[in-house]
Amino acid sequence: MRSFAYSRPATLAQAFKTLESGGSDCRLLAGGTDLIIRLRDGSLQPTIVVDVKRIPELRPVIREEAGRLTIGATTVMSEIAADERVRRHFVALAEAAAVVGAVQIRNRATLGGNICNASPAADTAPALLVYGAQVVAIGSAGSRRIPIRDFFVRSGETTLRRGELVMAIELPLPTQRTGSVHLRRTRRRGHDLASVTLACLVDAAGVTRLAFGSVGPRPVLAVDSSGVLADDAADDDAKGAVLEELFATASPSAGSMRASPEYRRAMLRVLGRRAVGIALDRLAGGGAPG
Amino acid sequence: MTTIPIEVTVNGRSRSLRVAPQHTLLDVLRDDLALTGAKECCLVGECGACTVIVDGSTVDSCLMLGVEADGAVVTTIEGLATGGRLTPIQEAFLDEGGVQCGFCIPGQVISAHALLQASAHPTIAEIEEGMAGNLCRCGCYQQITQAILATAEAGRR
Repeated sequence: MRSFAYSRPATLAQAFKTLESGGSDCRLLAGGTDLIIRLRDGSLQPTIVVDVKRIPELRPVIREEAGRLTIGATTVMSEIAADERVRRHFVALAEAAAVVGAVQIRNRATLGGNICNASPAADTAPALLVYGAQVVAIGSAGSRRIPIRDFFVRSGETTLRRGELVMAIELPLPTQRTGSVHLRRTRRRGHDLASVTLACLVDAAGVTRLAFGSVGPRPVLAVDSSGVLADDAADDDAKGAVLEELFATASPSAGSMRASPEYRRAMLRVLGRRAVGIALDRLAGGGAPG
Repeated sequence: MTTIPIEVTVNGRSRSLRVAPQHTLLDVLRDDLALTGAKECCLVGECGACTVIVDGSTVDSCLMLGVEADGAVVTTIEGLATGGRLTPIQEAFLDEGGVQCGFCIPGQVISAHALLQASAHPTIAEIEEGMAGNLCRCGCYQQITQAILATAEAGRR
């Protein structure tokens, strides 16, 4: 691996100072499961690696307050997958966190890292999108909340400003009954990235939220407010037409070694239908408490 | 080259080291501490040959910098057997024939050990999930699963 300087700020102020003086020569390190691979293959060549894990405001804590669940940026996938509150209120996020890599990866990979890396295949992204998560970003000028649907730009690029860090991810606690699920297709469980990664949420009012990744430059949220998808009585063709509309923005790359665009589109339809069905079952089965 | 001082407990022993920032925990274990049980193999977090336990959790030591282990407690395969006595899971790997070439086995045993620490009686599905990050090219998966089940059944984790 090419050499670099290592910085481990103990405060936000120290981190901002390093980022300000280092500029684009800096790369942030959280879990490292993406970054270290790219440092080794030379596709990233920072002169300073800034380890954010000792900054207290980013610590791996999940807390419930003021009508929302706040997940510290450096919380790892294993903790998210096992957390009772996440499993109760945001089961699709728990399910997504549980299928990121294998256990060794989940013990290191962080939620903040997963979204900042901004892979189109990031498994937590669809779940965060259907739950309307907010990214709490902080820079030397102060903090701001970025709705997750405005966060992803393309692979490796987010709407974070230069010098900003992700401090936490906030999830509004559901105010009505919901049913939700995360599903994915992958060539090999425990190792490969998703060929399609998808989350679905249905609420008691009949609104269906579907978010999907690995089928375009960034994960996307699509909402069916017509109630057709959530309607047991709606006929299959009508549901199919709504799904087609929701998936219209999918634009899988032809250059991927992982799956052809045709396969991804086909699997998007299959997983979409399956996810709506599971989400409806979960809604009927009690869903998350309001 | 600038090195950074770290304090790390490895297999029960406190070590003060100076490490280069670009050296992974795996590099530090193998090259600085001569603990060559953990293997360098895929270097992308897929094969698990470099698996060690850091603060109670299994990690791919090829995907963690040595400096990140500052203050951590690390257990490698060399830290399992004590006084020349193998642990029950190590014995079970031998009894069940879970080892052929042996290259992946330090990582396999560490993952199996951590799995049994977390769950005294894992189901087959839990074993498959818990061991999914460790590839064995000799194909000993059945025997490895059997070794974990046998250790759990004997209540000897």
